[in-house]
Amino acid sequence: MAEPMGFFTDTTVCIGCKACEVACKEWNQLPARDGGAPMLSGNSYDNTLRLDGTHWRHVKFIEQFTPDRRDGRWLLMSDVCKHCVRAGCLEVCPTGAIIRTEFDTVVIQSDVCNGCRDCIAACPFGVIEMSPVSGTAQKCTLCYDRLRGGLEPACAKACPTDSIQFGTIADLRQKARARMGQLHASGEKRAYLYGADDTMLGGLNAFFLLVDQPEVYGLPRDPKLPSRNLVPSSLFSMLGAVVVALLGVFSFRDRGDRR
Amino acid sequence: MGLPDTFFTAAPNWRWLIIGYFFVGGIAGGSYLLAVLIDLFGDTDDRPLAGTGYRIAFAAVALSGVLLTADLGRPERFWHMLLQSKTAWPMLKPWSPMSLGAWGLLFFGGVTFLSLLAVLAEAGRLPWRRLVRLRPPGALGTLVALVGALLGLFIAGYTGILLSVTNRPIWADTWLLGLAFLISAASISAALLILVAQSHGRSRRAARALGRFDRWVLVLELVVLVALVASLGAVARVWLSVWGGALLGVVLVGIIAPLALLRRDLGAAAPVAAILVLVGGFLLRVVLVLSSEHVGRV
Repeated sequence: MAEPMGFFTDTTVCIGCKACEVACKEWNQLPARDGGAPMLSGNSYDNTLRLDGTHWRHVKFIEQFTPDRRDGRWLLMSDVCKHCVRAGCLEVCPTGAIIRTEFDTVVIQSDVCNGCRDCIAACPFGVIEMSPVSGTAQKCTLCYDRLRGGLEPACAKACPTDSIQFGTIADLRQKARARMGQLHASGEKRAYLYGADDTMLGGLNAFFLLVDQPEVYGLPRDPKLPSRNLVPSSLFSMLGAVVVALLGVFSFRDRGDRR
Repeated sequence: MGLPDTFFTAAPNWRWLIIGYFFVGGIAGGSYLLAVLIDLFGDTDDRPLAGTGYRIAFAAVALSGVLLTADLGRPERFWHMLLQSKTAWPMLKPWSPMSLGAWGLLFFGGVTFLSLLAVLAEAGRLPWRRLVRLRPPGALGTLVALVGALLGLFIAGYTGILLSVTNRPIWADTWLLGLAFLISAASISAALLILVAQSHGRSRRAARALGRFDRWVLVLELVVLVALVASLGAVARVWLSVWGGALLGVVLVGIIAPLALLRRDLGAAAPVAAILVLVGGFLLRVVLVLSSEHVGRV
């Protein structure tokens, strides 16, 4: 197996140019939404709105301004599949379409997926959606085809500020910690890393440097695996099955009108 | 701020076909269980009612397969849940409720088919009389019945576990969905068989047993629904909406009213009570599925 590869997305240097979105769409031949009909969301400069089956990179625009707009800041974040080391989507996929690759990334094989959509409900980040083209669930592949060819993913290649960096997880974590130290030293004490260690789902292979609470970026504070509910839910159901069966035996056997 | 982690996820767009499956699958599992109970503890008068129960179970499990396949983005690939599409080896992940459920449905379908054969043979509709042995009494028939009853209980309950083994609001915020679906499957199946028995005008003893059973199960269902709301904690706020009203409707129309109408000797109001239980059981699934589906991403 090759070394684990991933993204480090430093949101503090993102300028919201959306080159990553465009590069992703071009390389992966993802179609325009609604046949390219113009759509303005009214939500800042963000007309993509969410990751879905045909948008595998999405630049979030978060405006934080005082009511009189004298003071404020932009938070910009290029969102993407986190390629979790312990991935909820992979865990539930009933067809085996979702696999872990030799690069430690998570990929949906579109020739295997049958569109049951369990992975969509399982992903703690809301990354996966159906593609209207293939009728299957789709998301970022971390450009598996480019990686196989020794190239870096299209979004990282296109990013003009190196907000999106591609590399081995070990290298990226080192760079991320150095960057956080630099920001702390220059007074930006709010900077922290999201998913850069093994505590969050065994580590996010696409992790982020953020300067506000995770929820502000639309990220869960403590993402969890779907399987956490499997055993307790099953135990309660089994208890219910025993009670229903006993009630059945009791009701059908104790036929007061028989004797 | 302070939003539960399940609110940062995307809805899988499981809607009417899936709601329909949760209802029909519940009928399939519950009807089979009740047919087995009638077969094991009833007398000859009750045998036609049990036979109808097996027929309902088979029809319902067949319809379940159709509904689930139709809901897929690529229906022609439904078999990918059972065989690995590239190697044709069996595809099974026991820790994924959907994977286990696909196999459960296959085996349950097989067992309900055996029971259907026995019912048809007994009715003289098949040339092979010996197929009657696939139904109790008798060792083979009892074995088929018990395996089918266990699979039926599984089919009735795993769907709720499937919803909980995700990261969606409400579904993943409680451990009681499987239990609630299972209990509800028992109550709607008993209601359906009460309707059948009343229209036959036969099997009166089994019908009274069904009434007794349904009253117990409806009380249990009420307790489980209260516990379900409590188990959601702060997430239950989602139900401070039209969904909460609908859930209240489930309790009043589908539980309280039938409990008031179902007398010890069933009585004239029994069909009305049974229909209310069925309506309530369907509405329960609508609420539990759609109230989560309607929570959008932040």
